Amino acid sequence: MYDAGKIFIGLILGIILLLMPFWPTGGKWAAKGPEPELTPKAKEAKVCVESKSFMRMNHMKLLDQWRNKVVRKTDRIYISSSGKVFERSLQNTCMDCHYNKSKFCDKCHNWADVDPYCWQCHISPKENG
Amino acid sequence: MEMDRRRFLKVIGLSSIAAIGSASLFELIYPKSIGAVAEEISKNGGIQWAIAVDMNLITDEILDRCIEECHKLHNVPNIGNSEEEIKWIWKEEYEHAFPDQKHEYVPEGLKAQLFPLLCNHCTNPPCVRVCPTKATWKREDGIVMMDWHRCIGCRFCMAACPFGARSFNWWDPRKADPKLNPGFPTNMEYPTRTKGVVEKCTFCNELIDKGQIPKCVEVANEMKEGSMIFGDISDSESEIRAVLNERFSLRRKPELGTGPNIFYMI
Repeated sequence: MYDAGKIFIGLILGIILLLMPFWPTGGKWAAKGPEPELTPKAKEAKVCVESKSFMRMNHMKLLDQWRNKVVRKTDRIYISSSGKVFERSLQNTCMDCHYNKSKFCDKCHNWADVDPYCWQCHISPKENG
Repeated sequence: MEMDRRRFLKVIGLSSIAAIGSASLFELIYPKSIGAVAEEISKNGGIQWAIAVDMNLITDEILDRCIEECHKLHNVPNIGNSEEEIKWIWKEEYEHAFPDQKHEYVPEGLKAQLFPLLCNHCTNPPCVRVCPTKATWKREDGIVMMDWHRCIGCRFCMAACPFGARSFNWWDPRKADPKLNPGFPTNMEYPTRTKGVVEKCTFCNELIDKGQIPKCVEVANEMKEGSMIFGDISDSESEIRAVLNERFSLRRKPELGTGPNIFYMI
């Protein structure tokens, strides 16, 4: 085999390049996602209906569950895993704390290019004028 | 196999006895199971909300307030033309409300009166039968409910409803003429609808779920006590059953067999 050394170096470099995206870098190399802003009221409450990590991962599933429970099962009361009681309502419960839609919901949704159609019907709170 | 006449008759006779016997045996083991399905459909978990309107007490003024308050509460826009209008509750003359019961000798007073019309929350709703996505269905308490998330805007339900109770959103309701809709959306705690969705009266399910009564009934009774009676028509002890037992009442197009649950006491 001619130039075996060069070929192997090239191969190794190639494999390294290919695997680079999968290196565990603790997110250091990843593009930084936006930080949704919390309103004073949300900050004061400290915890959402569930834990922050759960909400980050699963808020869309929770909301989907909520709407089916309310609309189809007339079950409007949500008891969180910590035993707290909430009314299942995007417009009246979620937005009561997170009344800054443009800086909370939209910030990540725009960044991730997802366009949930909640707001075609549900009314978001007025943000200072 | 050879079979003589005698053996053939024996086999036929025994099998017909067995056939008759098995049906009655089934009935013996599972009583009332045959035909139970048909019965269950009309039961709706034992509750059927209904309204009885006292046409002697209701006035045009009360109706206008009912309509206004209902539409305000549910963010129903005023479109401004009858072809694309959206309405949950509206008023109509006798001959249009009861086209099958009109004739030239209907009392003049009745002819001149305006009747409040809304979804009849039928016992056997045709809109529910035609909905391809189950976006409209009959709740256990008899309310013909809608899931606007699920509506695809096919308008089959509008074609099926014989009462014209359903309206289609031809446009985004939030873009309705602001001159006709000052301060729209009027209720920040209730959603609007979106373009391409069908809507109608929900019997104020959001209030009923909290143990309250529909808005139109509340408003009407505030203005004139007893002008609208709301209650469970399947409960023989209820107030609505008592008044319907006393007074003669009309329903819209009962001959269609949908079982409308709005009663007009004349």
